[in-house]
Amino acid sequence: MYIKINGKKVSAKPEQTILEAAHGIVAIPTLCHHPDLKVKANCRVCLVELKNGKLVTACSTKVKDGMEVFTDTEKVKRARKINLEMIFAEHEEKCPECIWDKNCSLQDYAKKYQGKITRFKDRKKNRNIFGFSNTILFDQTKCIDCNNCIEVCHKQEVHFYDKAGKGADSIVLPTKNKKYDCTTCGQCITHCPVGAIQGNPHWPEVEASLKDKKKIVVAQVAPSVRASIGEEFGYEPGTVVTGELVSALKKLGFDYVFDTNFGADITTFEEAGECFECLGKGKMVTTSCCPAWVKFVEFNYPEFVGNISTTKSPQQCLGVAVKTYFAEKMKIDPRKIKVVSIMPCVAKKFEADRPELEYNNMKMVDYVLTTREVAHMMRRAKIDFTKMKPQKFDDPLGQSSGAAAIYGVSGGVMESALRTALDYYAGQKLKSIDFKQIRGLEGTKKAEIMVKGKKVKIIVTSGLGNAKKVMDLIKAGKENPHFLEVMACPGGCINGGGQPVPTNAQIRAKRAAPLYVLDKKSKFRKAHDNPGLKKLYKEYIDKHPDLHHEMFHTSNYRQKRWGARRLN
Amino acid sequence: MDKTIEKLTRADLIGRGCGNFPTASKWQMVKEAKGAKKYVVCNVSEGEPGVFKDGWVLQNHPDIAIEGIKHAIKYLGAKKAVVYLRQDYYQKYQSKLRKLIGKNKIELFKEAGGYIGGEETALLESLEGRRVEPRLKPPYPPQVGLYGQPTLVNNLETFYEIGLILRGKYEKKRLICFSGQGVKSQVHELPENWTIEKMLKETGNWPKFSFFVQVGGGAAGTVLNSKQLQQTLKDIHGLGSIVVYHASEGPKKLILNWVRFFKAESCGKCVPCREGTYRLLEILNSKKTDWQLFEDILFALENSSFCGLGMSVPRPILTYWKNVKKRS
Repeated sequence: MYIKINGKKVSAKPEQTILEAAHGIVAIPTLCHHPDLKVKANCRVCLVELKNGKLVTACSTKVKDGMEVFTDTEKVKRARKINLEMIFAEHEEKCPECIWDKNCSLQDYAKKYQGKITRFKDRKKNRNIFGFSNTILFDQTKCIDCNNCIEVCHKQEVHFYDKAGKGADSIVLPTKNKKYDCTTCGQCITHCPVGAIQGNPHWPEVEASLKDKKKIVVAQVAPSVRASIGEEFGYEPGTVVTGELVSALKKLGFDYVFDTNFGADITTFEEAGECFECLGKGKMVTTSCCPAWVKFVEFNYPEFVGNISTTKSPQQCLGVAVKTYFAEKMKIDPRKIKVVSIMPCVAKKFEADRPELEYNNMKMVDYVLTTREVAHMMRRAKIDFTKMKPQKFDDPLGQSSGAAAIYGVSGGVMESALRTALDYYAGQKLKSIDFKQIRGLEGTKKAEIMVKGKKVKIIVTSGLGNAKKVMDLIKAGKENPHFLEVMACPGGCINGGGQPVPTNAQIRAKRAAPLYVLDKKSKFRKAHDNPGLKKLYKEYIDKHPDLHHEMFHTSNYRQKRWGARRLN
Repeated sequence: MDKTIEKLTRADLIGRGCGNFPTASKWQMVKEAKGAKKYVVCNVSEGEPGVFKDGWVLQNHPDIAIEGIKHAIKYLGAKKAVVYLRQDYYQKYQSKLRKLIGKNKIELFKEAGGYIGGEETALLESLEGRRVEPRLKPPYPPQVGLYGQPTLVNNLETFYEIGLILRGKYEKKRLICFSGQGVKSQVHELPENWTIEKMLKETGNWPKFSFFVQVGGGAAGTVLNSKQLQQTLKDIHGLGSIVVYHASEGPKKLILNWVRFFKAESCGKCVPCREGTYRLLEILNSKKTDWQLFEDILFALENSSFCGLGMSVPRPILTYWKNVKKRS
C-alpha cells in the first residue's frame, strides 16, 4: 500500500504506524517513543497533520491506504513547538556536566524546531536526585514524565520505578516497596530520552588519574565495546574499531591497554572446570559474569546463591592478572596501578565496588567507564576517533581466543564454556565447536548436549524478565537445567546499560554479528588454547597454587536491599 | 435486526456521556465482537461541575437503570457488570443499589480517579487497579475493554433511558441539570428536541437579568450568549447541563476557575494537558498576562491532547471569548 508524506508517495505496510512508514524518508521528532516499548503517545511531539486538518501522533496512528500526511504544516509547527517548550521546562538544563551534552535530543529539537529552552521557568528544580545501589543516578529535575524507565524496569521484572501523584504533580520515583531492589542493569538509562538517568560517573576520577604522573593507568576493553563504540563517532552499528579504540585510549593517556577478552578466557577456563565438576555432583551452575544477574539472584532468589558460579567475571580476572602477574613481571608496585575497565555496562561499576572482590586489600578494578563515558572523555580531549591509526593491545594480557569475543552476546559465555568443558575437561573430540542452538537474540534458548554419555540440559536466557520466568520454573521444579547462562540485558552485553543510544532490535543484531565473525577468524577458538593464558598459568598460577582460588574465585551471598539514597 | 437493537434504534437513543454516540451501534459492536468473556460497565463517575443527573437517577429511579444493566448482561451474555461509582455516590447509595441488584451479576466499584475516571478507558484502567490514565485508542472498549475483553461502557443515564425503553415509557426526553446564578440547582426531564431557550423558560429558569450560559458541562461546556439559545442540546457537545451566569461575571475569575479545575483534574499522562494546564494557571497568576502564549497553549491542548479531557480545556474559554466577551 502507499501513503503520501508531504506529497511524496511512500510505500507502507498495513499495521505500520505513520512513524514507521516515514522512517528514513522524513525526520519526525520523538521523545517518549522507543521501539522496544509500547506506544504511549504521551509526549505529543511526533505530531503530523492529516488531510482533514486533524493533528495526530505519528507514533500511535496506523497507516491507511492512500493516507496523506504532512509533517511540517503551520498547525504542526505551532503545537509541536509549544509542547517541546513545555517539555524543556520540565528538564532542568545541566548540560555542561551531562555526558549526553551535544548528543541530546532536547538540544537538537530546540535548534531544529526553534523552540526556546527557557520560555518557561523550570518547574522541577526542587525535585530530588537519587542514587540506586551506588550505581544508577536518577535526577528527577530532568525527568519529562515519559515513563519509559518504569516500563523497561517492569519488563526486566525489577519494578524499581514507580509513579505517584497526578497532573503536574505526577512524579517518577524509586519504589518504597521492600520487595524490590535495583539490580543496576541500566536499561532505564538507555531508554531515557533525556539523560535523567545515568551511571554513577567515574570519568572525572579517571581523568584525574591520567594526569597523575605517579600512577600507572591501565585500561581493559570488554568484548562488545569494540563493536559498539564506533556509533558514538558516526560509524555504522557493528563496525569493529578495536585498533582505533586502543589507539584513542593511548592518546587519552593510558599507559597500557589490555583486552578484557583475556580475562574472559580466564573466566571460561575456570568456569568450565567448575561446571564439569558440578555436573558430577548434579548441581546446577549459573553464570556469574553478569553482575546485574548476580545481584538479581542474590536479592530475589537467595536460595540459589550457591548455584552461582564462584568464578570471577572477566573484568575482575583481568584486574587480578594486572595487579599480580603483570605487576610482578614489570616490577611495578600494584598500589600504583589503576585499572580502568571500559564496559558496555553500568552494573560493572557495582561489581567493581564489591568488597569481597578485593585482593590483598586492593580493588582489582578501580574505575569502570561505560562505552558512552569513554567516548565522552575522548570528545572532551578533542580526539578525532575516526583518524586514529589502529594499534594492537599490549602484551602480555592482550591476546585472546575467539571464545572470548562472543562473551558480549547472549549465549556466548555458555558456548565458550562448553568448548573448554568438553574439549579440555571431558576430553571429548568435538566435530564442531559452533553451538548454534544457543546463538541468536531470542529471549530464551534451550539445548541438550552429550557429555561423557550423559545428557546435559542447557538454558540460555537474556533480559531479566525472561530470566525470572526461567527461575520461577526452576524453583517450581518444572525446569532442571544443568547449566544456565543469564545476561541481564536483552540480547546480552551488546545491549548493555552502558552502551550508546539509540538501541533497537536492528542495532542489537548489527552489534552481535561481528563478534561471531571475530570468533570465526580467530587463530585460537577455545579459551584454553590461548597461548597468553597458558603462559600466565605456567609462569604464575602454577608457581602460586595457594593463590589460585582467591585470585579467580569469589563468593556470593544474600544481598540486602540497597534501595535509593537521596543525593541532594 | 434483533429485538434489542431494533428498540434502541427506534428510540434513536444517543449515549448520555459526552461522546454523542448512538447506543444501538455501541451495543451491536459489543454483541458482534469476539471475546472469551464480555463485560458491561456502568459509568457513574459524574465529575463535571454543574452535572448531577446521575445522582438524580440514583436518588429517584435506580431500579429503572438497573433494569437496563440487567438487560445488557443478558443480551450480551456478559460475565458481569460493574457499576463504577463516584465516591460519595458509593457511600450514599450502595446499600440501596445492593438491594436492587440482589443476586444479579452486578458489582459496585468505588471510584479512585476523579474527573478523568469518567473517560471510559481511564475508568477501565481504574477497574483493573492501575493508574487512572486513558488508554490509547483504537482499540475501543467494544473490542478490547475490561481485562482485554469486549466491553460495553454506558453512562448511568443511558441505562436509565434503556430501562424506560424496555418499559415502553421512553419519550425522547433527557435529564437536564440546571444551576448557576438565580437558578435552583435541579434536574428536569425534558424533551430532547426543545431548544435551550425553551428549556429555560418552561422550567421557570429564564433569568430576569442579562446573562449568558454554559451548556454541556460547567467546566468543558460551551459558553453561549442569551441570543444563541435557539439550538438544542444535541447540537452541542457535552452533557445535559445548563449553567447560568450573570452578565457581570468577570472573565478573570471565570477563566481562572475553569483552568484551576482542569489543572487539578488532569491525570498527567500527556504533555499538553499536564504541562499546559499548569502553564495556563501560571500565566493567569503572573503580573503581566501573556495572552499570545496562553492561546498557543490552548491551541496545543485542543489539537494535540491525548484524550477528550485535554481537548476540551479550551472550549469554555474560547467560546466565552467568541460569544460573550472578546479577550482584552
